[in-house]
Amino acid sequence: MGDLTTISSTMLYITFILYLIATIFFAATIKDKRTSSKKGNAGKIGITITIIGFLSQLTYFVTRWIASGHVPVSNLFEFMTFFGMSLVLAFIIIYFIYDLQVLGLFALPVALIIIAYASMFPTDISPLVPSLQSHWLYIHVTTVSLAEGILAFSFVSGLIYLIRQIDQTKSSKRTAWLEVVLYSLIVFVGFIVITVTFNMMNYNATFTYPTGGQTLESNYHLPPIAGPNDGELLTKDANQPLFETPAWMHGADAGRKFNTLIWSFITGTVLYVLLRVVLRKRIGAVIQPLLKNTKPDLLDEITYRAVAIGFPVFTLGGLIFAAIWAQEAWGRFWGWDPKEVWALITWFFYAAFLHLRLSRGWHGEKSAWLATVGFAIIMFNLVAVNLVLAGLHSYA
Amino acid sequence: MNKIKCECGHVNPEGTVLCESCGKPIEGNQHIDGNDKKKLLNMRYDGTARRSQTYNKSIIDKIWSFFSSVKVGVWLIVLALIASAIGSIFPQEMYIPADAPSRDPAVFYEAQYGIFGLIFYQLGFHNLYSSWWYMVLIALIGISLVICSLDRFVPLYKALKKQKAKRHETFLRRQRLFSETNAVTDEEIQLIKQQLKNQKYKLQEENGHILAEKGRFSRWGPYVNHIGLIIILLAAILRLTPLFYTNEYVWVREGQQLVIPGTDGEYYIENKDFIIETYDKNDKKFQEAIVKEGGEIPSNFQTNAIIYKAEESSVPGADPDLTKIIEDSIRMNQPIQFDGYSIYQSGYQLNEFTNMTFKLHEVEDAEEKALGSFTIDLNSPKPEYILDNGFKVEISKYYPDYYLNDNNIPASKTNFPRNPAFVLLVYPPDSEEAEVSFLGIGKNIDATGENDYKLGITDFEMHDVSGLAVKRDYSLPFFGLGALIFMIGVIQGMYWQHRRIWIQPSNGGLLMAAHTNKNWFGVKKDIEKVIAGTQVNMVNDQQELDD
Repeated sequence: MGDLTTISSTMLYITFILYLIATIFFAATIKDKRTSSKKGNAGKIGITITIIGFLSQLTYFVTRWIASGHVPVSNLFEFMTFFGMSLVLAFIIIYFIYDLQVLGLFALPVALIIIAYASMFPTDISPLVPSLQSHWLYIHVTTVSLAEGILAFSFVSGLIYLIRQIDQTKSSKRTAWLEVVLYSLIVFVGFIVITVTFNMMNYNATFTYPTGGQTLESNYHLPPIAGPNDGELLTKDANQPLFETPAWMHGADAGRKFNTLIWSFITGTVLYVLLRVVLRKRIGAVIQPLLKNTKPDLLDEITYRAVAIGFPVFTLGGLIFAAIWAQEAWGRFWGWDPKEVWALITWFFYAAFLHLRLSRGWHGEKSAWLATVGFAIIMFNLVAVNLVLAGLHSYA
Repeated sequence: MNKIKCECGHVNPEGTVLCESCGKPIEGNQHIDGNDKKKLLNMRYDGTARRSQTYNKSIIDKIWSFFSSVKVGVWLIVLALIASAIGSIFPQEMYIPADAPSRDPAVFYEAQYGIFGLIFYQLGFHNLYSSWWYMVLIALIGISLVICSLDRFVPLYKALKKQKAKRHETFLRRQRLFSETNAVTDEEIQLIKQQLKNQKYKLQEENGHILAEKGRFSRWGPYVNHIGLIIILLAAILRLTPLFYTNEYVWVREGQQLVIPGTDGEYYIENKDFIIETYDKNDKKFQEAIVKEGGEIPSNFQTNAIIYKAEESSVPGADPDLTKIIEDSIRMNQPIQFDGYSIYQSGYQLNEFTNMTFKLHEVEDAEEKALGSFTIDLNSPKPEYILDNGFKVEISKYYPDYYLNDNNIPASKTNFPRNPAFVLLVYPPDSEEAEVSFLGIGKNIDATGENDYKLGITDFEMHDVSGLAVKRDYSLPFFGLGALIFMIGVIQGMYWQHRRIWIQPSNGGLLMAAHTNKNWFGVKKDIEKVIAGTQVNMVNDQQELDD
């Protein structure tokens, strides 16, 4: 079984590299268009590599399933990885409908960030606690993830729309908010950079900390800025943390996650400032000229359609299947658990989005902003609810 | 009623924006849909007369207009969204952790979260989702759903039924997709018609005017899904009544048989055994995860139970006769179900004390020879026990779950025998004077230091307790029905589109216009296929993108 687990991890690693290479090819399609009038091959190569990458990720998924004996969506690492895969699947489908190469240049990096982010959480194969032992785990989680992948796609096209359309000749609220969005993405990149750096240095600091009546161990792979609440440092040559994680952050390893968050923000900020210093322009202003060949009305339509297609799937997976499972496990189909509440909030939000599309004045840029907020809500539900708001779903 | 007669001869109801039959903009009403300021016509509800846009005199008109507004609907949704988010900042009262120092909400929120916790509690956000104002908000959304739908569905349905193939030229010119072709042959028209049919369009013709239409049923999707939501909201109201929903929680000790609460004494349950299992620490694939979790990951919680049905006893007042109806295990995700009731494995308590056996001996006796012994049933202790040799032991105080409270006074944390302790009075034969002993797990205290007799624990038995949730929910089918209808409606509305293409002869050429309620990319592709092989011009997208 150990071999299968290794194969599985390797396949995920290969997937990551393939998506990265595909992104580069999609970037090349922009150059193609600018220098010559005929369509180059870069796009075709890009989508081919993307599909191979997707198949490789599917292999990761299947081998891990066989190795663990249950569908690998049972902890945050597995779920986020699957979410990234759903986004790529949504991209492949939409690519063939709309034949728009620029989508790849944005969709794949977002998927890459999500997959890399997933590896922040423990990647060990963990056994299923009794409440998760149900075939509804497969049905509920995979449907939700697929829905969130499709909905996230509206953010991808919305983001392209915003970068393409927002007037960069003068500084405004809109340019500032767009920079905030881009900065947030760079924070995730910062997380990847800093994690990889310290992983290569093999950094480790071990703490013990009390939680729920037991004492647990927490392994920091980044130097501790924030230690666990009431934690005690075991590793001798490691620096003492500057402060402790507040007690209201629940969940296993809350201190380590919080520490990683701080590091991500620091690294992200440094990266962002460096970029600004080197480019001497807003990031949005740098990317904008590359997108002048894209059609804004088509982007707007893709944003809307992604929501229109994703919304029913989300209702089915995130609310109905979730309710059926909750009924079977706890005898109540709805319990106002934070994760449930945030699924409802996501649903409310996209319902509002769809209703606003009925009014004039909400197409185009406003829709694109809404798609961005929607993605922020999805990410909040995936990340912050597990880290900050404890509940039934606070596994991993 | 001021009916409006269009030049095409059709009589439209008051407030119509675009003639139901030919689509000509009706003068004086264009401000209603904002057509006066735009080149393109607002086709959202096909320019039909909506009650909310037409009448605004009486109070009913005003209420109707208020709730039928999409803007109001969206605001209600956004308010519900914000309220829901606020409620998730801190745990709701029911999710206060069991190991919290105090589970009293008045204490917990302030102690745990400081001033913000106190505000959260004082504003009643700890029970936000069952607060009257949250329910009012949801009810308002419900009202908005009904009125919005009626306001639009009825006129839209009529208009789409009455629409004619022959349209006014202005109507075509002011569509988002439009083209004009100067010369067209009959063969080309025939080819277009054939290709429209190949694309599964339904054709309506009138003097060379063509209306090609498909997917009209998708227009009803929103109204269908709103019906589903209304059913769900009604089901939620039904669920508030005990007739539809009962919810009980019961602790059953191993070996205990008791009546299942909420069943009117009709059913009994016996707990044969409670089982907890954990994953094997030596299992290679899970090893690392198990170590990280602190060495114990449960794999199964299970109660082996027997369910009995009570038959009326022939003797009034006597215990009922019990008939065994089910003997099965209750596990997570696998409740027992019978006669509308479901029993869920919801909690457990390991190692409670069933009984304790004591012996009495002389303090001086080094061999501690028993003068007598007795057993206390910890769930129903007797006030006193008479020993064979005439000794009497009286229970003066019983602490089922003993601890020393803040004032260093013995007290009981719960009523469950998890850590039993006693103050026992020992009366020697024929004596009125009692000796006082304090006994507990690992404690045996002679309060005065002058006792002649000593008690000791010689034996005990333990049991586990299962926490079971008993539910009966007749509202579930209604929720299921609502959810099903919602899904049908939302798929119908989102995954299909209502596409229409109008073709009009014009001085030997033709005008072509198209409208769809979504997916303009798709309808353009359709038109490309339809005009393939002809000289007809591709439609231009005249969309005015909003900034």
